[in-house]
Amino acid sequence: MHGKATGWGTWHRTGIWLPRAGAALLFVLLWSLVVRLGDYPPFILPGPERVAARMWALAAEGSLWRHWWATAVEVGLGLGLGVAVGLILAYPLAHWRLFERMVAPYLVASQAVPIVAIAPLLIIWFGPGLLARVLVSALIAFFPVLIAAIAGFRQVPPEWRELFRSLQATRWQTFWKLEWPAALPTIFGGLKIGATLSVIGAFVGELISADRGIGFLIKQGQGLYDTPLVFGGILLLASQALLLYGVISALEHRWARR
Amino acid sequence: MTDRPILMARHIAHCYRTPRGEVRALREVSLTLRRGEFVCLVGPSGCGKTTLLRILAGLLHPTRGEVWLGDQPLRGPDRRIGIMFQKDSLLPWRTALENVRLPLELSGWPGPEAARRAQALLEQVGLQGFEHAYPRELSGGMQQRVALARALAADPEILLLDEPFATLDAITRERLNEMLIGLWERQRKTVLMVTHDVHEAAWLADRVLVMSPRPGTIVAEIQVPSPRPRGADRWSHPAFLQTVWAIRQALGDGGG
Repeated sequence: MHGKATGWGTWHRTGIWLPRAGAALLFVLLWSLVVRLGDYPPFILPGPERVAARMWALAAEGSLWRHWWATAVEVGLGLGLGVAVGLILAYPLAHWRLFERMVAPYLVASQAVPIVAIAPLLIIWFGPGLLARVLVSALIAFFPVLIAAIAGFRQVPPEWRELFRSLQATRWQTFWKLEWPAALPTIFGGLKIGATLSVIGAFVGELISADRGIGFLIKQGQGLYDTPLVFGGILLLASQALLLYGVISALEHRWARR
Repeated sequence: MTDRPILMARHIAHCYRTPRGEVRALREVSLTLRRGEFVCLVGPSGCGKTTLLRILAGLLHPTRGEVWLGDQPLRGPDRRIGIMFQKDSLLPWRTALENVRLPLELSGWPGPEAARRAQALLEQVGLQGFEHAYPRELSGGMQQRVALARALAADPEILLLDEPFATLDAITRERLNEMLIGLWERQRKTVLMVTHDVHEAAWLADRVLVMSPRPGTIVAEIQVPSPRPRGADRWSHPAFLQTVWAIRQALGDGGG
């Protein structure tokens, strides 16, 4: 029985990874085919082998990891701050209509203005350092978390609230043992969107002002017509978004299973 | 001892305010529960039974009238009153044991002691071996057993049951009612159970209160003379059938 379960688990895992690897291979083959058939010059559309070689060279001189890490720190801090602010604001917004009426217009306005328009302002205010880039990332990551958390807190079924009231739970107990676990699956939905947005935010911050990071690499590649470097940068960005998404999905599986 | 009033409702009336105006749920209800007795409240659907139960639990303030618990007016939810809802009241992220433990956690019991008590309660409702199952892994009947164990967890003196087994099939319901009566005979808590099943009321209760359609009021109070324990042979007792008939008559008089 136990052995059978393990066997199924192994099959299940290869069952996921095999198609994924196949799809990646197919993608690279198609890419390569397009480059060859179209006979594009490398500065317009470099083939996968050129991008790989460029990345390899960057890794060999040691700066690939440095740039990747610089962006990863901004993304991590930006998302962390965004999630914290989103969750802290969500509770009063979900419970007090008056507060919602007062604050909601500003929150919506902050999202209506494109982030590329706000980023230069943040850099003027907070200087060209890490802080400004983290703030840009946090500013667009917090919104989906906030909206999801408000929805999650409001959707707690009235029967459960009544149960907690009949058991004379305190406000804190009601939050910690009812509202938080009940809202968690919804919050994870917002968190997944926020995570991919936080990568965009950090990148936008770097485009405007940075001396390192993936945004810096891509800008440099653009200036030098080093298109393989631009392609590599795009793949690095995608790798961060995927990694983050994977981590969050794993946490969701652990904490918010139903 | 058993004659002492423990929960009293005096001239309760209740209106709900809705966007389309006021809805009168309860017209005029007075009732007394005496310590240790099993009372059933029967009435047509929508007669305000649940509203009345919520008022008696302190979850809802009546528009008029008051509720007394012992010799004090009831101001809100009270630990001496346990309530069990009709369905879906278990928290899906908690196991059976964790659900039963909830009332103890909320009143600050130390973890191991709470776990021991929850374990014992699950055994009392016949769920040993399912402590670590999540509600979605349990049948409807098992879920209601967990809900009953949870209602008993904080050791309330009064148990208010809102159609606790109404969504279950007849055989499961019969079994759970047998279990409930067994628990009651051992613990002698005061029970008020809302039901719309006349046979259930006649089988379980010492006394049956019959409500009219909305706005609800109590139109009859019927003593159940059948001796306990009342087994499956109750059907052959003329007294049982007379009680069933009397409840039906009272319901008919109310227009239901």
